[in-house]
Amino acid sequence: MPDTSTPPVIRVRGLTKRFGPRRVVDDVSFELAAGETLVLLGPSGCGKTTLLKMLNRLVEPDAGTVEINGQDVRRQRPEQLRRGMGYVIQQVGLLPHYSVADNVAVVPRLLGHAPAAIEARTRELLTRLHLPPAEYAGRFPHELSGGQQQRVGLARALAADPPIILLDEPFGALDPVVRAGIRRDFRELPELRGKTAVLVTHDVAEAFELADRILLLDAGRVQQLGRPRELLLRPANDFVRRFFAAERLALQLRTFTLAEVQPYLPAAPALPALHQLPAHTSVQAALEQLTAADPGGAAVGPLMHAFHHALQAASA
Amino acid sequence: MNLLSELLDFWRLQADKLAAQTLQHIGLTAAAVLLAVALGVPLGLWLTRRPRWAPLVLGVAGALQTVPSIALLGFLIPWLGIGAAPAIVALLLYSLLPIMRNTVAGIRGVSPAVVEAARGLGLTDGQVLRRVELPLALPVLMAGIRTAAVIGVGVATLAAYVAAGGLGEFIFGGIALNNPVMILAGALPAAALALAFDGALAAVQRLSLRRLPRVGATLLGLLPLLGALYLLPGAAGRLRAGFSPEFVGRADGLPGLQRAYGLRRLPSVVLAPALVYEAARAADVDVIDGYSTDGRIRAYGLLVLRDDRRVFPPYYAAPVLRPALLRAHPELLPVLSQLSGQLSDSAMTELNYRVDYRHEEPRAVAEAWLRRRGLWRAPRPGVPGAATVRLGSKIFGEQYILAEMYAALIRGHTDLQVQTKTGLGGTTICFEALRSGAIDMYPEYTGTGLQVLLQPPPAVLDSLGGRPAAVFEYVQREFRRRYGLQWLPPLGFNNTYALLMRRRQARQLGISSLSELGAYLGR
Repeated sequence: MPDTSTPPVIRVRGLTKRFGPRRVVDDVSFELAAGETLVLLGPSGCGKTTLLKMLNRLVEPDAGTVEINGQDVRRQRPEQLRRGMGYVIQQVGLLPHYSVADNVAVVPRLLGHAPAAIEARTRELLTRLHLPPAEYAGRFPHELSGGQQQRVGLARALAADPPIILLDEPFGALDPVVRAGIRRDFRELPELRGKTAVLVTHDVAEAFELADRILLLDAGRVQQLGRPRELLLRPANDFVRRFFAAERLALQLRTFTLAEVQPYLPAAPALPALHQLPAHTSVQAALEQLTAADPGGAAVGPLMHAFHHALQAASA
Repeated sequence: MNLLSELLDFWRLQADKLAAQTLQHIGLTAAAVLLAVALGVPLGLWLTRRPRWAPLVLGVAGALQTVPSIALLGFLIPWLGIGAAPAIVALLLYSLLPIMRNTVAGIRGVSPAVVEAARGLGLTDGQVLRRVELPLALPVLMAGIRTAAVIGVGVATLAAYVAAGGLGEFIFGGIALNNPVMILAGALPAAALALAFDGALAAVQRLSLRRLPRVGATLLGLLPLLGALYLLPGAAGRLRAGFSPEFVGRADGLPGLQRAYGLRRLPSVVLAPALVYEAARAADVDVIDGYSTDGRIRAYGLLVLRDDRRVFPPYYAAPVLRPALLRAHPELLPVLSQLSGQLSDSAMTELNYRVDYRHEEPRAVAEAWLRRRGLWRAPRPGVPGAATVRLGSKIFGEQYILAEMYAALIRGHTDLQVQTKTGLGGTTICFEALRSGAIDMYPEYTGTGLQVLLQPPPAVLDSLGGRPAAVFEYVQREFRRRYGLQWLPPLGFNNTYALLMRRRQARQLGISSLSELGAYLGR
């Protein structure tokens, strides 16, 4: 959750980038607090990747500033800047002539960490990401599946424990099953706790699953910046409304927790199955578990009823 | 099988030469490939950073590739003289394209995602190049080096034309002498070298990605060592000679000369026939072989050393004709005989100089000379039904001039028409044209008639002893007997082999004949 008491880790002001006559990123501003995850969301070509690359100076802006911990990034050498920010891309981009372990160790070696420490850190990360080092450390990228490669890509980005991590459609090239698995691992990775993250995606479900806040872009301009529920329940304009239209119900079910619909549910004894679930369970997860245990079960109707009331209350 | 045993004999007899030439060949190729890598890889890398220049630079390199290698050497001689420098530069220019193009292709072939990820992780541009792009481009780059090396081995044979040594010395000597054993003696090791270079580099290419950088570095370290092979100790002497491959090989060339005059201690290099005069003029060498009436003798201030012991066979020019021509037109004989004994060596050299170096028309040169000698008459008006005399000539300036002289004489002194068929290629073409009646006459040389056409047994050659009159009589008699063709008396000049020196240097050293050259060298 954003911590407003400390100064922002990333502060972007009036960022603009033109390719030829076209403004790919047009006057974008936002601030990001320590530990916060911001998702840059929007249709293909909306400028989200360009915006991300301006944060680590892979693209230089035509106007506007980027400050990291209060310091203008143009005052730093780009390499120094980037070594302090993890970077993960959709195509992974593992160095094909380096082993898995050597790929993970790239940044710590650039930073001159002790070999023993690098070795320990590599083993730890690979283990965490379900790539047992005994089996995988010596392999080469072409010997890995797409999902395994991206796990190595994540490990590489996290190896030097950077406070900031940038992710450009990190799961975009993976098939849905692999994608769900690696996304769950990613979300639950202890290494990511407390990291400030900026993630680019065009996948709405992914955005809602991972974001603290979402920045929705279209044609380089910010359409809305806010918590997922705000975008869903109080869209700032027609574009935002239309963008979520297709998946609105699924997103709403996923956004609301049992705790929030509790006030609108019948008394506890009537629905024992429902009350056994933890309060932070999403309505969608609750529905899945209830129907799995008892298809057409008695709890589904009341739950949907309560959800409907909660939604009305929240949208009011 | 006969050829094989002759070849083995040749190699055994010339083992030291073969070894020296092979080492020179390896050295030349290695040095050129090394330089091409040192120049082509950075250039290729630069092109990947400045893609707009790529079409231009690669286009120029490609155009260089299409220049025939002998022509390229010709362009380089005025700047670099003769010897290793032009050979290595020419090889370098040929090696540049494959190396540069493969460097560009190799770098461009590196996945953009890998480069972006590497930059995103915080590698500097130099680190991206050294740790990512170059290692990943190396297989393609190595393929370019491999191509360059194989091309290099082939082109390096031409080094023999610019006195840079290598296996081309055997090959071009063999070609000049029409000696297949000698050609093979150089061509087979050259082919083996090409295969060896290719195989060694292919083995390097097959190595795993991880070991490739180390092996590549080893290879780059090895090339200068191989290149150093070329710097063999050269023999030192008071004078340096440059000879054409044919002259070095044929019995009446350098070997005969060495026997007769004891020209020891005359270190020599082998050169393209077209380049020996240039080399002498530029003082790259002091003594060269040539022809005694060549126009360049005058143009370059050279001196023909007198062959006072008559080693070189006489090559006196004289008209050869079909006897039927004289029977049908008896008035021709006195007309044609007007030139007998009229042209001295220096006069012919002068005329050749005008045609070959001042680019004057052979016809104008011929007529001007006839005027000076009072032999010129304006062509007679055409007589209807007059017969036509067909004159032939070989394809070089001196023959054109002679044909034009005869044509002018016939037109001015008789009522006959003249048709000149100049440019009949070499000796055999002219000779066969005359025998078959396609032409009526052409100028030939006594030595050529003897050595090339009649080819008498050695005993006969010895009995003639190189005496001009004896050779002429023999040739005249045998042509009538064997071919029914007639020689008229010689024109006077002797266009034979000669050793030449710069006039100024010869005068300083007091050398005017081959005996004096031998005495000077032996001192």
